[in-house]
Amino acid sequence: MNHWYSFRGRKYSFQISRRTLWVITLLAIVNVIVAILCVGLGSQYIRPDNVVRSMLGIGDSVDSMIIFSLRMPRILIAILVGAALAVSGAILQGVVRNPLTSPDMIGITGGASLGTVVFIIYFSEVSIRYMPLSSIAGAFGAALLIYILAYRGGVTPLRLVLIGIGMATALTAVTYMLILTASFTPTAVAVKAFTFMTGSIYGVSWDRDVTTLLPWILVLLPVALFYARHLNVQELGDDIAESVGSSVMRKRTILLMMSVALAGAAVSIGGAINFIGLMAPHIARKLVGPAFGGVIPVSALIGSLILLLSDLVARTTFLPLDIPAGVFTAAIGAPFFIYLLYQSRKAA
Amino acid sequence: MDILLSTRNQKIFALLIATLLLAAGMVCSIAFGVTNISWQTILSALNHFDGSQEQLIIKTARIPRALIAAIVGASLAVAGALMQGLTRNPLASPSILGINSGAAFFIVVGSAYFSAGSLSTFAGLAFLGAACTAILVYILGSIGTDGLTPIKITLAGAALTSFFSSLSLGILLTGGQTFDQVLYWFVGSVSGRDLGIFNAAFPYMTLALMGAVVLARHMNVLALGEDIASGLGQKTIYIKLAVGLVIILLAGGSVSMAGPIAFIGIIIPHVARFLVGTDYRWVIPYCAILGADLLLAADIGSRYIAFPKEVPVGIMTAILGVPFFVYIARKGGRR
Repeated sequence: MNHWYSFRGRKYSFQISRRTLWVITLLAIVNVIVAILCVGLGSQYIRPDNVVRSMLGIGDSVDSMIIFSLRMPRILIAILVGAALAVSGAILQGVVRNPLTSPDMIGITGGASLGTVVFIIYFSEVSIRYMPLSSIAGAFGAALLIYILAYRGGVTPLRLVLIGIGMATALTAVTYMLILTASFTPTAVAVKAFTFMTGSIYGVSWDRDVTTLLPWILVLLPVALFYARHLNVQELGDDIAESVGSSVMRKRTILLMMSVALAGAAVSIGGAINFIGLMAPHIARKLVGPAFGGVIPVSALIGSLILLLSDLVARTTFLPLDIPAGVFTAAIGAPFFIYLLYQSRKAA
Repeated sequence: MDILLSTRNQKIFALLIATLLLAAGMVCSIAFGVTNISWQTILSALNHFDGSQEQLIIKTARIPRALIAAIVGASLAVAGALMQGLTRNPLASPSILGINSGAAFFIVVGSAYFSAGSLSTFAGLAFLGAACTAILVYILGSIGTDGLTPIKITLAGAALTSFFSSLSLGILLTGGQTFDQVLYWFVGSVSGRDLGIFNAAFPYMTLALMGAVVLARHMNVLALGEDIASGLGQKTIYIKLAVGLVIILLAGGSVSMAGPIAFIGIIIPHVARFLVGTDYRWVIPYCAILGADLLLAADIGSRYIAFPKEVPVGIMTAILGVPFFVYIARKGGRR
């Protein structure tokens, strides 16, 4: 039997099991180790101990330069984007009560991509700092549209998913149209936009990307963690949730909004990276059970890990080519999805 | 269910009108475009070809384009009708269930890694890709004790679509060869194709369309449910295999000609059923003609939406298709 630790505040309380704490600590350590390895690997190899030395400020100056100005931003972005996508997926799966959904599949990521591409094409002279705003607006727009269209005296998960899939296709089409018809489209811009749509964290920088994304994640992740307990109630189904006193529709709306904001923020910097939102929550549930207090932080850590590794493979295996990381998350994501379907055979 | 055309005469009459529309659509598709060409020139391009710029446009661009739009529209619509019947999913269609992107992926891989260049190889690759994806989606959708549920097969299709298009885009981005051209094809377009690609896949698709007409009677029996169908003496497994083969030929051929074009396969079967009811002997021909009508119309429209730049027709159909999709999803998700 698990041992549970309780944390109580004046209005809130939550429990966390000893096992969950262990898993979180372990994953955090693995993340740090992988991050250090990732920083070292690349066209110029840097030994892990030298990486650590540089981080402590006592390393070789050339190493430090490479690490801090080139590799660190990318690693940090991978961690942040991975975590955001994973948590977004975890919340969405809880709300929709379908373990096979994710923000990319039901059009939220598509909306964010559209928002970003609109920004790239029409607001290119505006500061890049506002790009997350544009993506989040796109994600919200798409989510709102899907929600309204699926609304019919309430929103059932099935309708949400079906309509989301249709919208995803349409949003991708509109995005392609914008790219292809934009008046200036030289091939280079099209390639950039398409790289973005596949999901890539290539060429990120400190002041532009990391500091743009960090505040969003720092605000949204703790709120998600805080709100996780409502997900546990949502999972019971509308009738039970209502009878235990939860205002189902209102909570569902708030939770969806958080999922959307996280996905939107992640897409604005990382592009449309698919399948992390699907995979990470599943692995998390396997590790710590279905209670969302544990699933949310563990998902975040696993999401970071997946994206760190995908990006590592993407930028090192085909040197000097830099392949979008999204290609690799898709390459492992689809077989994973098949495995999930295969698993659900027993559950049904 | 209320249907619009109840008597046999009405059905035949409406089908004739749709066929006339198809002919008119072909003529319009050949006549209208960025370059203004007089009717006189169009006629003489067919009768006495003199090699002038305008006649060349008619011969090498407009006519292939019109033919391709018509056959692709017809094929996708019929494939959609058969898939909806086979999977009992009102949203099934070659695009939603990932068949289109699977076929596209095979072509991308073939041209990037095995230097496949000839048109007949493209067609072959598309058929192969369509077949593999169809089998995969069908298996994935029917895993589990509750069998083939609409939501499972739709999700499986969505997952495979995003898998194949991510990989295809990745390959395209790193391949770097004639990116622009492949890009337009990748989004789904009927422009810039020559008759060669039409000739490569046309025989198979015609064969498959005829096969669909032949199978219509059996689809009617299958629609009663598998138990009843086999009780009536139908070898359901053979019928299903035959229908599957027809779907693969139709979808694969379409992709090899025009790339992955979305939503025709969803919209048209519903329109056809609204018009003539559920009898496949009527639904199939209606789907073929109306599908061709719609894609021709969308293709003509796509030339003017961002004039003088052309929008790939796949984008037009995707945007046109959403309201229908939403309508059907709302109806289907009621329970």
